[in-house]
Amino acid sequence: MSAKTLSINGTLVSAREEESILDAARDAGIAIPTLCHLEGLSEVGACRICLVEIAGSNKLQPACLTKVSEGMQVETDTPRLREYRRAIVELLFAERNHVCAVCVASGHCELQNLALQVGMSHVRYDYLSPSCHVDVSHQRFGIDHNRCVLCTRCVRVCDEVEGVHTWDVAGRGINIRLISDMNVPWGQAESCTSCGKCLQACPTGAIFPRGSSVAEVERDPGVIARIVAARGERQ
Amino acid sequence: MDISELHAIADRERSRRKPIRIHCCTASGCQAIGSTELHRQLVQAVQASGRDDEVEVVSVGCMGFCGGGPLVVVEPNGPRFEHVRPEQASEVVAALDGAPCTVQRSDPHHPFFSHQLPVVLRNGGRIDPERIEEYIAADGYQTLYRVLHDMTPAEVIEQLTRSGLRGRGGAGYPTGLKWGTVAKSRGEQKYVVCNGDEGDPGAFMDRSVLESDPHLVLEGMCIAGYAVGANQGYLYVRGEYPQAISRLRTAINQARRLGILGSQIFDTTFDFKIDIRIGAGAFVCGEETALIASIEGKRGQPRPRPPYPAESGLWGCPTLINNVETLANIVPILRGGADWYASIGTERSKGTKVFALTGKVRHTGLIEVPMGMTLREIVEDMGGGTPDGSPVKAVQTGGPSGGCIPASLFDTPVDYESLAAAGSIMGSGGMVVMDSSTNMVELARFYMEFCMDESCGKCIPCRVGTVQLHRLLSRIHQGIASPADLDLLTQLCSLVRDTSLCGLGQSAPNPVLSTLRYFRDEYEALIQRHD
Repeated sequence: MSAKTLSINGTLVSAREEESILDAARDAGIAIPTLCHLEGLSEVGACRICLVEIAGSNKLQPACLTKVSEGMQVETDTPRLREYRRAIVELLFAERNHVCAVCVASGHCELQNLALQVGMSHVRYDYLSPSCHVDVSHQRFGIDHNRCVLCTRCVRVCDEVEGVHTWDVAGRGINIRLISDMNVPWGQAESCTSCGKCLQACPTGAIFPRGSSVAEVERDPGVIARIVAARGERQ
Repeated sequence: MDISELHAIADRERSRRKPIRIHCCTASGCQAIGSTELHRQLVQAVQASGRDDEVEVVSVGCMGFCGGGPLVVVEPNGPRFEHVRPEQASEVVAALDGAPCTVQRSDPHHPFFSHQLPVVLRNGGRIDPERIEEYIAADGYQTLYRVLHDMTPAEVIEQLTRSGLRGRGGAGYPTGLKWGTVAKSRGEQKYVVCNGDEGDPGAFMDRSVLESDPHLVLEGMCIAGYAVGANQGYLYVRGEYPQAISRLRTAINQARRLGILGSQIFDTTFDFKIDIRIGAGAFVCGEETALIASIEGKRGQPRPRPPYPAESGLWGCPTLINNVETLANIVPILRGGADWYASIGTERSKGTKVFALTGKVRHTGLIEVPMGMTLREIVEDMGGGTPDGSPVKAVQTGGPSGGCIPASLFDTPVDYESLAAAGSIMGSGGMVVMDSSTNMVELARFYMEFCMDESCGKCIPCRVGTVQLHRLLSRIHQGIASPADLDLLTQLCSLVRDTSLCGLGQSAPNPVLSTLRYFRDEYEALIQRHD
């Protein structure tokens, strides 16, 4: 495996071949904000938060999915990217009902942190205020679709790490919804092993342990990467 | 099967034919206004006239002049009838003897017909698409035979590259280059996919080709398979095209029975199978990565490229994806030669393009014209302007991914670069004409509503951005928007264009941006009225 040298924000960075720009940047201590990315899971490039500018390409590319190459010149923090990231987070806050003051994940929420990180102080768009379902049919967990950002981290962790694929998405566009099994209440989803990995993977207060109250849900998303790494070592 | 058998089929077909053929269009457009019944009445009228030894009624595909349907043409060199009602069938037959006839005739010298250059639509309206013999009698499958016996895959790709053919799905990627990439990609298994998921509002070019000349597309796919090294093709057709699907099924079965599809085609080592996959109504499945996911049986949503399908497509194998019209160009190019094809069109856009001319235009239908013809010639001369003679305001090309070009720019030649410079795109070929009664804000809102409904929901800018754009446009249209809303609209257009994952989102703001560019006064009038 050969090493590649690239420049990120003007700093020369060395990276392994096949490594993503995101990993190379993080190794070098350069933070690129992300949302749908979770260490240990496959990448989907869906949230568009980690888009970066690459010299010679007129299209913005997701850092999580773009492989490094020799001599690549990457910019991760230009005014345009900052503006776009803030606007994307605004769109998310306007999409469903993200009310931090009454959320179980407040203070431990990646969406909330992201909003602070990108400097989103207000939302310029109409709040769509959809009426979303709260499913508490499962014995141990609940899912509040009002707080779901459709990052599909739960879908991927359930499929790729737990291996049961209880979660998936249905519908399209603004009506896309997370579903369990063949669109049955979570409590009736026979494939669910109640392992709780989706809870650990969820960046917001959408998936929560039943009985938790405002700001009580603390999670450790890093556990997913540790499980994946430990399995890899055993094999 | 060898070439002499192919010629024998063609000869048998030609000698079977009766001297006078009454062609009755039974493609979807004419069928929708009663051509099935008309066809039946024509058959009865011929029988009643006692001339069935010399006259036959043939069910043919699209003749292009859809606005005049149902269409009937008498061959050879007979009159062209339009708006034929079933009860007029006997009049049409009597007219063969020169009897006076009240059925409306169309003028074959009208620019709508005379400006056309049928290459892809050569057989459209001339052969019965449900009989492979008619296709073979029109020199069908001889090109495939010649390619398999006399040409190497590299020679086929070289011809295509030299012809200058570019993808007719809209983006205009050089076809020869794409074929070359797939041919060079390493992999035991490769696939050819024909994208027939035509979904732009007002566009029906692919439907017409599939319904009228299905074997032309099958032959193109076979040649593609030979050139890139694939043994399996998939024809992805949207479920809303039942007649195209049924005619393709018939065509595939007929070709298989003759050994033109399957193993050891024309006694060579080349095997090729074609299966149909039916789309379930998602516009986004026209995007190639979403289409691949759909064929694989997964949720039809796009994934970021690279890797491009040419490298890693269907089930991770190198896959060639071409649009219907692109594949329909293959046989004519190889038959006529790359130089002949490259002599048609402009410097960078070669050949012809099929357009679906619709909207506020006198003559609606399907036209095939050489690249480089001006919009004025198409809209004013061929289309005949608006039905009431009022001035044309603009023409929309490229559907929800395209833009509006105002009448002041009608001298723009129709080619990939010129249309892009005018803020629109070639697109798949939809051309919607508008007169002064169309409000451009409302038009932009219509296309945004379409994109909003068709967004798959995977990426945030498209899923939520299109909804917010639609809201802003609705507010402007209702006259309740502030100047700040107009700024926000512009900013959001840039965001959705630059950050969306696939072409659907990236191009969704185009109708807004192009109407803002040319008709900003209409937006501002609605905003100022509120102040």
